Amino acid sequence: MITIKNLHASIGDKEILKGINLEIKAGEVHAIMGPNGSGKSTLSSVLAGREDYEVTQGEVIFNGKDLLELSPEDRAREGLFLAFQYPVEIPGVSNINFLKTAVNEIRAYKGQEEMPAKDFLALVKEKQKLVELDGKLANRSVNEGFSGGEKKRNEIFQMAMLNPKLAILDETDSGLDIDALRIVATGVNALKNKENAFVVITHYQRLLDYIVPDFVHILYKGKIVKSGGKELALELEAKGYDEIKKEFETESV
Amino acid sequence: MIAEKTTTAQLIIDKISSSAGKVDFIDNDKLSKALLYLENKGIPTNKHEDYKYCNLDGIFKKEFKNIDQKLNAVSDINKFKLNNSVTIVIVNGNYSETLSDKLILKGLHLNAFSNLDKEGKQLVGSIANIESDAFIALNTAFSGNGFHLKIQENEQFQIPIHILYVSSSNSEAIVNPRNIIELGKNAEATIIEEQVVIGEGKVFTNFLSEKFVGENAKLTSYTFQNEGKNGYSVNTNQVTIARYGKYDNTTITLSGSLVRNNHNVVLAAQNCEAHLNGLFSAKSNQLVDNHTLMDHQMPNCESNELYKGIVNDKSVGVFNGKIYVRKDAQKTNAYQSSKNILLSDDATINTKPQLEIYADDVKCSHGTSTGKIDEAAVFYLNARGIGRESAKKLLLHAFAQEVINKIEVDELKEKVLHLFENEL
Ligand SMILES: Nc1ncnc2c1ncn2[C@@H]1O[C@H](COP(=O)(O)OP(=O)(O)O)[C@@H](O)[C@H]1O
Ligand SMILES: [Mg+2]
Repeated sequence: MITIKNLHASIGDKEILKGINLEIKAGEVHAIMGPNGSGKSTLSSVLAGREDYEVTQGEVIFNGKDLLELSPEDRAREGLFLAFQYPVEIPGVSNINFLKTAVNEIRAYKGQEEMPAKDFLALVKEKQKLVELDGKLANRSVNEGFSGGEKKRNEIFQMAMLNPKLAILDETDSGLDIDALRIVATGVNALKNKENAFVVITHYQRLLDYIVPDFVHILYKGKIVKSGGKELALELEAKGYDEIKKEFETESV
Repeated sequence: MIAEKTTTAQLIIDKISSSAGKVDFIDNDKLSKALLYLENKGIPTNKHEDYKYCNLDGIFKKEFKNIDQKLNAVSDINKFKLNNSVTIVIVNGNYSETLSDKLILKGLHLNAFSNLDKEGKQLVGSIANIESDAFIALNTAFSGNGFHLKIQENEQFQIPIHILYVSSSNSEAIVNPRNIIELGKNAEATIIEEQVVIGEGKVFTNFLSEKFVGENAKLTSYTFQNEGKNGYSVNTNQVTIARYGKYDNTTITLSGSLVRNNHNVVLAAQNCEAHLNGLFSAKSNQLVDNHTLMDHQMPNCESNELYKGIVNDKSVGVFNGKIYVRKDAQKTNAYQSSKNILLSDDATINTKPQLEIYADDVKCSHGTSTGKIDEAAVFYLNARGIGRESAKKLLLHAFAQEVINKIEVDELKEKVLHLFENEL
């Protein structure tokens, strides 16, 4: 699905990603954990194509294509989805109009016709139900005045609507109560299949009780310092991030 | 200096006077006052404080140096018609009886200036002060055969009145449309004033409207400016509102090489209300200059202004909002807001709120902001598969919507939306 090789990225003259290697296959769920500031959001942003970051080394192959050569919209059209850690509020653009535009631009890219309005509305209804999103939110402006939890659920709703091949969830669980957490996890699990893959970025083990990862990676100071199975998350939870910091402090320059 | 200033005015007078009709609905007194004013003050250059960003003297010297006033006849205006409205057509500044709908609505009186009775004639120039502005003077001296539209007392019209100003010339020309719109006590009406320029030549439109909103009357007015590359215009609206009267205007400017709007509203009695909204979208070398004046003369009145502008390429947008609160105008509420988006580094926005407050018990506020398109929002949309152009459109549409939503005539609103999106 995606192969990341020796990825380095910086902002200004500050290097943030210092050689990331990661291979994700269809059907897999990967968790990325790590203390604040280690570069998790930077990695997601670089993959999604945010231009603030400069990739200085490395390559990313996404379904046979050179991902870094693609514009952000083409990455999305190719099936990459990022659930933002901080979803953006867009006053005046209705959620529904926004999604309709997104769905149809993706379809146009694939050479498909516009989705008939009736089908689109049916899809909206179905996916809203999945993430238990209040129907009223669909008609409101994108994320405007949404609570933290609503914003995160809206991200999962959009993911469900766009049905991506690779979804990266950047701390979608942070700030969620246990109910919202369950809803988000239900959404992900319902969408999960053999053809797609998920990257779940999180601080805490608790989300991983609901979305069980095949692999867990620890990102620290711009590098993946440790990888393992789902038990690594439990270990991390037990030891705390301070242990990790101590263990790998000397290695990072 | 004086000589320099007046040459342009003199040139215009020479070129257009031979082909201008007789302006016998304006008394000689006013006529000579107007000519004298032009002779002394000339067409404003950018040294004139009110025309700082809009050098009309320069425009006349550059774009209208070969005025020959060979205007075209216009016979077909069907494509501009709205389905659900009555249409009044003004061709090259003159009321066209043949193209206008026959108005058989009770309580609605329409008279061409050439048919005005004595009472009607007295209204012409009664609130637009010749000595306040060169373009009022110019219009007074060379006014086309405009019209007086009167909505009788207690008559409330639901159907919009669409006033279409069509100008056409194959070479450089100046037209001077003029009207009087008068609402009697308790009357209500919606008017749509639309300006179009057809034909191959540049047309300078010097528009002047005097609007009288009677006691407890309500005038909802829309100004739709889409003149295209050949259109240059100065548009003066002089409005006076009586007790409990209400005046709403929404001005949409989508094209025109130069559009200068002077919208002057006098809240002349107690408890009246005025709203001015504006939206413009400018590109290439366009100049859109909105000057407003809210003159609060009496207590307990309210005014509100919302102007939004989008400038692209090398275009220039101006908003200058004057609010006077005179010493008797206690308990005035006056608000003003101007918001702008710059789409290019070469485009400019100049905004200037001017508040002059001589009463002590008033609430006034103004705010202005100019920014670029929100790149975080663009990226968010991109990340959902929406391309840069569509993302920009969605965001600009969202920005403009607050003003477009003020349009209560659905057909006009749809037309504006459609054309607005095409212009982006
Ligand atoms: N726009 C930016 N400008 C400067 N530094 C940044 C910017 N974005 C992120 N950083 C820095 O990069 C590092 C990694 O940040 P981030 O990727 O957000 O970490 P995480 O998501 O793991 O908490 C931090 O030190 C942060 O301060
Ligand atoms: Mg982060």
